[in-house]
Amino acid sequence: MEKTMKKYFPVFVLPTLIAFLIAFVVPFVVGLYLSFCEFTTVTNAEFVGLSNYIKAFSNKDFLNALLFTLGFAAVAVVTINIFGFLLALMLTQKLPGTNLFRTVFFMPNLIGGIVLGYIWQSMINGVLSKFGVTMLFDAKYGFWGLIILMNWQMIGYIMIIYIAGLQNVSTDVLEAAKIDGASRIQTLFRITIPMIMPSITICLFLTISNSFKMFDQNLALTGGGPSNKTTMLALDIYKSFYDKVGFEGVGQAKAVVFFVIVAGIAMAQLVLTRRKEVES
Amino acid sequence: MKKKVLCTILGAVMALSTLAGCGAANDKANDTVGNVYYMNFKPEVTEVWEEIAEVYTKETGVEVKVVTAAGGNYESTLKSEIAKTNAPTLFQINGPIGYQAWKDYCADLSDTEFYQALSDKELAIKGEDGGVYGVPYTIEGYGIIYNLEIMNKYFAMDGAVVTSMDEINSYATLKAVTEDMQSKKDDLGIKGVFASTSLLPGEEWRWQTHLANLPVNAEYVANGVSDMNEITFSYADNFKNIFDLYLNNSTTEPKMLGSKGVNDSMAEFALGQCAMVQNGNWAWGQIADVSGNVVKEENVGFLPIYMGLSGEESQGLCVGTENYFCINSQASEVDQKATADFVYWLINSETGKDYMVNKLGNVAPFTTFADDEKPSDPLAKSMLASMESGKTAIPWIFTTFPSQTFKDNFGSALLEYAQGTMEWSGVVDVVVEQWKTEKALIAD
Repeated sequence: MEKTMKKYFPVFVLPTLIAFLIAFVVPFVVGLYLSFCEFTTVTNAEFVGLSNYIKAFSNKDFLNALLFTLGFAAVAVVTINIFGFLLALMLTQKLPGTNLFRTVFFMPNLIGGIVLGYIWQSMINGVLSKFGVTMLFDAKYGFWGLIILMNWQMIGYIMIIYIAGLQNVSTDVLEAAKIDGASRIQTLFRITIPMIMPSITICLFLTISNSFKMFDQNLALTGGGPSNKTTMLALDIYKSFYDKVGFEGVGQAKAVVFFVIVAGIAMAQLVLTRRKEVES
Repeated sequence: MKKKVLCTILGAVMALSTLAGCGAANDKANDTVGNVYYMNFKPEVTEVWEEIAEVYTKETGVEVKVVTAAGGNYESTLKSEIAKTNAPTLFQINGPIGYQAWKDYCADLSDTEFYQALSDKELAIKGEDGGVYGVPYTIEGYGIIYNLEIMNKYFAMDGAVVTSMDEINSYATLKAVTEDMQSKKDDLGIKGVFASTSLLPGEEWRWQTHLANLPVNAEYVANGVSDMNEITFSYADNFKNIFDLYLNNSTTEPKMLGSKGVNDSMAEFALGQCAMVQNGNWAWGQIADVSGNVVKEENVGFLPIYMGLSGEESQGLCVGTENYFCINSQASEVDQKATADFVYWLINSETGKDYMVNKLGNVAPFTTFADDEKPSDPLAKSMLASMESGKTAIPWIFTTFPSQTFKDNFGSALLEYAQGTMEWSGVVDVVVEQWKTEKALIAD
């Protein structure tokens, strides 16, 4: 067996490995190196040590963006998962037209973030104009706008994963619970949810990482306004990279910090929810 | 055995396809005559540049490649393009600040023929070592664009404050006329005197850059300098004067301005919903292209931006440039030479000049252009007339504004002021403080 593995390694693994090296490992290492450099383009970098990291934190923009992103992620993750799960529960009942509804709810996920951002911008501004203001009037409008947009886009996707999970819950167990006299609520919390823990792990991971990494929607919907109060981490990195003279390295340093934060939170979540997974 | 062969082939194909992307086509390297690669800044003239490239190649045999960066993405596109093997040989910067960012890539142009032909050598960007690193290829101007048809309608009314455009030569008159017109807007058939003060993020450049040019220039003049590391924004009240006038006599409620872009403003002007809009001569295309456009070519003109600065009776438009040609110093010698020749052809040959003036609409600041070789659109004409009328043009000093971040934060502060969520003093604080921090970053 091991011999066969060795024999076919160059054929099956090597191409992918090379692609992975070129498209992921190399850019990542170069990016890490560039965060310690001052540069205009990637080819004329000059090593400057930690100064980029110091600059990144000496300006309150980055911390503000971090706080806003944390708040956004907390609300978005909870709402998306609850709504996605409820929809999945609804659409796994024996109702007519469930397939149609599944498709319809999934569709927003197929539209690009920039387009969605602009569409929602005009819709939300249209509603707010009845009150004589725009979304940029107050940061809280932008915040809830982003939450609505993110929910609208992600719920369908999360719902599909939950549906797949729910369909895998063995009917034997559910029947046994019914015979034992468990109520529907009891069945849901004691049987169904523990059984779909793997789906929850995936969904939480996807929503957390997507909420942190959100960029296009943020750029298109509010552009960070008013006064950078709705700028999220990815947008802040983009702005430092392109909008300030000589700040490319600082943007890069922020991106490295960003990676550490997102990876840390996502990994912690994976470990925590994995522990809760059960075998039927 | 057959299976094995098949596997090997499949694997090989996979490996090849992943590597195929790396094999860049280097077959066209033209070692003796060189190549030109221009990174175009203006999406609206992409086709013209492509035509120029074709014509030039036909005439001289030198390959010219033109790539256009989508609006607002010039810096990012340039950053990635210039790092490639076949990097742009000709690109542009927006002034001293742009030079700071790109100085490693700017070649010294003092010996080039097109710099020698520059009519006013002061216009070029010079480095600390005295070399010339950026040469402007067009002069632009901005002010308040008015629609004479609506203005005449007002002048003919009973009790009009003034009766001709010439009488509006100070902030006080402009304010009186504007407010009177606003109160009679229904009779004039307009929604407001001024077009929307577009304050959507990314669309505030008419205020945080162009309008701010005047008070900051006044401060430079008062201090006798051409750049400052810290400003006090001492003419902030003048800025507020005109900005309030724009806000209060507009087609749009101030609180709704966060949803308006420059296109909205220009469309309002083109459709005759307002009498005036602040913008530059480049905006003529935008006005003329609006469907249902009611503004006639002969009725468009420029008014200087009056904000109550002293001596403004003789003030002209804001005239300057933020379009400087630079040659990539890291390109090969032949390519640099080919690029310099290409630019000289543009400003010296009959064909090139024709494209510059008539197709690109550039007011080219070179001695090779005769007096009659000027663009003929109404705004360019009005701008040239103003320049020749002996009024003092205000230079574009916004090219010394510290960074895009400064402008963006200034713009958001203006939005907050417009919708009433920030006091004016807050805006002044943002300007002073952001200027200082962003300038300090460049000095590092």
